[in-house]
Amino acid sequence: MSFEIPAMYLLAGQPHILLTPGDSPAWQKLNEGYARIREEIQQIEPDMILYMSTQWLSVLGWLFQADPEPEWVHVDSNWHDLGTMPYKFKVDEAFAPIHASEVKKTGRHTMLVNYEGFPIDTGTVVAQKLINPENRYAASMLSCNMYAEKQETMAIGASTLRALKAYNKKVVVILVSNLSNRYFTHDIEPSEDYISSKKDNEWNLKILELLGEGRLEDVAQCAREFAREANGDMQFKGIWWLNSIGLESNEFSGQVFEYQPVWGTGAALVGLYPNDALKKRWNQLPSGNLGKGEKSGVIDSQKAALPVGSYPHAREEGDFVFLSGIGPRERGTNNIPGLEMDSEGAVMSYDISAETHGVFRNVKAVLEASGCSLKDVVDIQVFLTDMEADFKIFNEIYSEYFPQDGPTRTTVGIEALPTPIHVEFKVVARKPLKG
Amino acid sequence: MTVNNGRITKGILSPHPPHLVYAENPERNEPKSEGGWEVLRWGYDRLRKKLKKDPPDVLLVHSPHWQTVVGHHVLGLPEFHGLSVDPIFPHLFRYKYDLEVDVELSMAIKAEGEKEGLSMKVMQNPDFRIDYGTIISLHMVNPDWDIPVVCVSSNNSPYYFSNEVGQKEMAKLGRATAQAINASGKKAWLLASNSLSHRHFTWEAEIPEDMSKEHIYHHGQYLWDMQVLDLMKKGKCQQLLDILPEFFDMAEAEVKAGALAWMLHAMAVPDYPAEVHSYGSVIGTGNAVVEWDAISRGEDL
Repeated sequence: MSFEIPAMYLLAGQPHILLTPGDSPAWQKLNEGYARIREEIQQIEPDMILYMSTQWLSVLGWLFQADPEPEWVHVDSNWHDLGTMPYKFKVDEAFAPIHASEVKKTGRHTMLVNYEGFPIDTGTVVAQKLINPENRYAASMLSCNMYAEKQETMAIGASTLRALKAYNKKVVVILVSNLSNRYFTHDIEPSEDYISSKKDNEWNLKILELLGEGRLEDVAQCAREFAREANGDMQFKGIWWLNSIGLESNEFSGQVFEYQPVWGTGAALVGLYPNDALKKRWNQLPSGNLGKGEKSGVIDSQKAALPVGSYPHAREEGDFVFLSGIGPRERGTNNIPGLEMDSEGAVMSYDISAETHGVFRNVKAVLEASGCSLKDVVDIQVFLTDMEADFKIFNEIYSEYFPQDGPTRTTVGIEALPTPIHVEFKVVARKPLKG
Repeated sequence: MTVNNGRITKGILSPHPPHLVYAENPERNEPKSEGGWEVLRWGYDRLRKKLKKDPPDVLLVHSPHWQTVVGHHVLGLPEFHGLSVDPIFPHLFRYKYDLEVDVELSMAIKAEGEKEGLSMKVMQNPDFRIDYGTIISLHMVNPDWDIPVVCVSSNNSPYYFSNEVGQKEMAKLGRATAQAINASGKKAWLLASNSLSHRHFTWEAEIPEDMSKEHIYHHGQYLWDMQVLDLMKKGKCQQLLDILPEFFDMAEAEVKAGALAWMLHAMAVPDYPAEVHSYGSVIGTGNAVVEWDAISRGEDL
């Protein structure tokens, strides 16, 4: 066994394709398209099929199916009249913790899901039952975070790729997502199903033209516009995950197996096959468990306060390390040194001295994780919420850390910071020369 | 209007964070906790006492986690049993439910909705799993499960078209619900299963019930929540409905899913004060337990 991604697929996941294909010629064609993909995957003989479905939404970071044999009798919340979808899947329980671990290294919250009755989403159930009906291949499943924007979703894709490299197996990657996702909100005659808007259809065709040419990066570039104009499924964010796994390239050949309406939405079945250049680049990536930031440039400290949003502690670009703005909160407790609050959470008093030391503590921790130290800092922006009251004390403490020949500095007074802190630094460092 | 002595006696804004059930440690929920979110739960305690003192004949709940795209659905079988596992917080909520449905009233709402021109469906698949929002709101109001229920889905039209389309549908559904209840001769409580501001944290404290980590996601959400609660307390529900689209956009308010608008329209848009029993944040979202008493019309507040 060795690392290989012979194919990635974008698949529609509506229950009509599985449960009632005979009701509509369009749904029947999708069902038949799935059969062709099933045969193709049987030729590939993968060790695992990895799914991300836009119908499995998470809020708390990213969830990973870790139940080796999830079993349930699933009924879709809207399409319950189409029938019941009992399932019992074979899940690759070994991959989930590796995958979660790689995502966690980027500072995101992760959770392994191994609970009886945990609801697997309709999209994954439909795709899995249509392409892997006999559990011939183990599956793995990852949630789609509803808040994640492009940067975070791409970072997750990079984590997925690192995990796949570490796992060293042949894997087919599947994104379950619609194209345009505008359903008719009334009953229709299934045999007369059509894309609910001409504009949506035009956009879908444009996306499919690009995918048919294997231009995944180009599709990812216009995903936002597509989502806005054609109500792309979950902002069409899943394509960013695929694109990140594909090293943000157009180095694929593509095949559109089918494109049909399902209750007004744009349902497509697309295959993407890496060309030799991409395979070579994948193979050139370090194998095994990559160190933090080795490929993505993302740096996360295990000692500094956790970010308050979806951004890393720092990012390497060339010779430089750019730290996100960071304040004095303490890792683990989120306490702010010297801060006193009343029972309703209002600030009673604070200590700019303790907070300034706290900021330096966090900055040093992030620099340390980046292979740098305070000596390597070249520029600092300082944000104070009360310049008049706090500048003098802050300035004295600052000089303890940079007594002379320190970095360039800009100090600005601002109205507020995201947490009840009163000072924050934005730091740029230059990586020390090796040897 | 057909009137047969049935009436809506209370409307309750009854948010459904699974944390509230988890914190209470009921036998039906498998995960166990050390408590938490007491203020919100005390609000529900007051409602539970009121329910025991003067129980309604039926509880109707509109939940954003029964999402439908084609019309508004109601449960159409007399009972459902099963295990509800929250897909977002499975470590907090794995709850065994037994639910008795007032099928007659469900069917009446379907019929009245169709008269209003709405697309209505009855859910009659016995394998259907009841959504966790419905289960949580019902548990928090009536943990004994000894009153029949009507469960109404949340149509996603606000997401596909516009807030205005969604609000118009909710006005019609609310009227249809009121008509059906009036004709039923039953005394009903309506539960709008919604939070207020709804931006979650994407991380969780090591101990989920660690209350030192709990606060509203940001101050802007808090201000919006207070503005909305102030309108409720002043009985300015039409004004509240008018600003809901802005509330959706500014605070990612969950009431976008329609439950609050449905309830207010079913109660003919109350012009009397509501009683705010409690307000608190849950993993950053704003939640309030609020009661409109259609009998006292807020005169005792």
